[in-house]
Amino acid sequence: MINASVKLNPKLFSAQSGPASGWDDDVEQVPIRKGFGEGLVIAGEQNENVVGLCADLTESTQMHLFKNKFPERFVEIGVAEQNLAGVASGMAAMGKIPFISSYAMFSPGRNWEQIRTTICYNDRPVKIAGSHAGISVGPDGGTHQAIEDIAITRVMPRMVALSPCDAIEAKKATIAAAKTNTPVYIRLAREKTPVITTEETPFEIGKAQIFWDSSLGDRTAKCEAGVIATGALLYKALLAAKQLEKEGIRVKVMNLSTVKPLDEKAILNLARETGAIVTVEEHQISGGMGSAVTECLAVNYPVPQEFVGVRDQFGQSGTQEELVEHYGMGESHIKEAVKKVISRKS
Amino acid sequence: MNALTDKQIKDLEVKANAIRLSIIEMLLEARSGHSAGPLGMADIFTYLYFVALKHDPKNPDWPERDRLVLSNGHICPVLYAAMAHTGYFPLEELKTLRKLGTRLQGHPHREYLPMLETSSGPLGAGLSQAVGMAIADIMDNGIDTKRTIYALMSDAEQAAGNTYEAALLAGKLKLRNLIAIIDRNNIQIDGFTEDVIPLEPLADKWRARNWHVIEIDGHNFADIHEAVNRAKAVFEKPSVIIAHTIPGKGVGYMERDFKWHGVPPGIQDMPGEPPKAEQGKIALDELRSLGGRISGYHND
Repeated sequence: MINASVKLNPKLFSAQSGPASGWDDDVEQVPIRKGFGEGLVIAGEQNENVVGLCADLTESTQMHLFKNKFPERFVEIGVAEQNLAGVASGMAAMGKIPFISSYAMFSPGRNWEQIRTTICYNDRPVKIAGSHAGISVGPDGGTHQAIEDIAITRVMPRMVALSPCDAIEAKKATIAAAKTNTPVYIRLAREKTPVITTEETPFEIGKAQIFWDSSLGDRTAKCEAGVIATGALLYKALLAAKQLEKEGIRVKVMNLSTVKPLDEKAILNLARETGAIVTVEEHQISGGMGSAVTECLAVNYPVPQEFVGVRDQFGQSGTQEELVEHYGMGESHIKEAVKKVISRKS
Repeated sequence: MNALTDKQIKDLEVKANAIRLSIIEMLLEARSGHSAGPLGMADIFTYLYFVALKHDPKNPDWPERDRLVLSNGHICPVLYAAMAHTGYFPLEELKTLRKLGTRLQGHPHREYLPMLETSSGPLGAGLSQAVGMAIADIMDNGIDTKRTIYALMSDAEQAAGNTYEAALLAGKLKLRNLIAIIDRNNIQIDGFTEDVIPLEPLADKWRARNWHVIEIDGHNFADIHEAVNRAKAVFEKPSVIIAHTIPGKGVGYMERDFKWHGVPPGIQDMPGEPPKAEQGKIALDELRSLGGRISGYHND
């Protein structure tokens, strides 16, 4: 059942059980990137040093909300993502808190080395908003689907990597990022996705939370697996958990919206309690959130782990739903992974 | 602007020669590093650190200071030497270049030496950072800001797309507080720039990006002084000074020879060069003898 203490959207699931694939029709859906746009305006109101820079995708990344409110604190860079990173570094050197936005494929994709050297190596608190991340960008096709961004950001020293699950969490992540003195990557998605959390749901960089717990209300029950999800696919994980519960399989579902620094304590607790872990992410399995979880488990508390994610492939055109299913990240795939990981427990 | 007096020029030449000697001494000690670029830029660095920069070596975080961004971090021996000679840190520390635990990393890293404005090494990224500094400065202090941001680049990194991107933005925003200086020494690792990837007509390219362009002899202090002051006087554009320099300047066997781009003296025998055992001594002797002759070129 839903963990009431984290105060999720009370209308998270429709009255009837959800469709085999797809979001529940009744659930409110908002693009995660919109939360970034709104959060940046609030961050800008809270601190006059917050500035925005964009590479010709101002409305698409929702930075236009900031630009409209603070035109004198916005810099249009043009199609020049390497410069986007370097200019932001220079502004940060003068005391600004720059947010840079583009599609994740281009920033931190194209400008990775500039982010490494001029931002992370240089220790400048630039915040990188990568929109249109994941495969569910949809019809634009594989060139625009960033499914490597978590790997290439979390590998850099000093970088904080955030992957919010919905628009409300993206808003909180953006406001929180502005208050840190480190580089931060914020992973955003294009399409509308379910609003999972509420304004009351706690958010703190570096803290994971249990959103679903089949043992709640039944002290004798023990969960058989822990599902750790990041980004919008968290909703799929919740749907899968709900269906598994009906089948008599108890799981916990964790929202891991901070991929770095990893909430090792929460992850190890989950591993100790359940003895099996499934990670779910709209990202290449190599180097992504699941790999980060493995790095933690392998040295501290090894348990069987299954990965739901993209398996060493590029994306293609299609609808969000079609692509998530095609690349094996739907509810049925999460359920299969849970059953498989439980079967591997010795 | 007042022209430099003959006495001022003589003093700068003496300082530049001392900086060149420090560069060779550092490289001999480190047994790796770049020779040609640092020697070629010694006069520009001497001018910037002793004349142009508004800075306080004893208070490197002084908020009102000018900013100097070195994009081609590999010529850092000249940066470190200029900083030491102006009092940022003891001259003795120069001998730690490139050694484990040193503040003087092989390419500048401000985590180790926080008084640096930036870390650098990968080419093409410095101008962007300087542009960002100039934008922030104008945001805070208005278009009539008293601060100058200096961006020092190599000529080879003019081929980097990132440099082009930064130049376009600075031209668009008319960043009058930004002065770029290009070390036009015509060499890079693989050969002469015009053989590797032609850069000419370089000045026209910068003009087309809406920059004010000044070409100078990068070893002539009167030229350097006039160019920097003219650049500061240009209100409606950023300025770029294309400084024609001689790579390896001051050490005869290194001058204009791209083989010495990334090699220190004393490490390897090369065809047509002095044997490695003598390279260091010859370099130091030549520079000392040059230093001794400086007074003779001046009236007082």
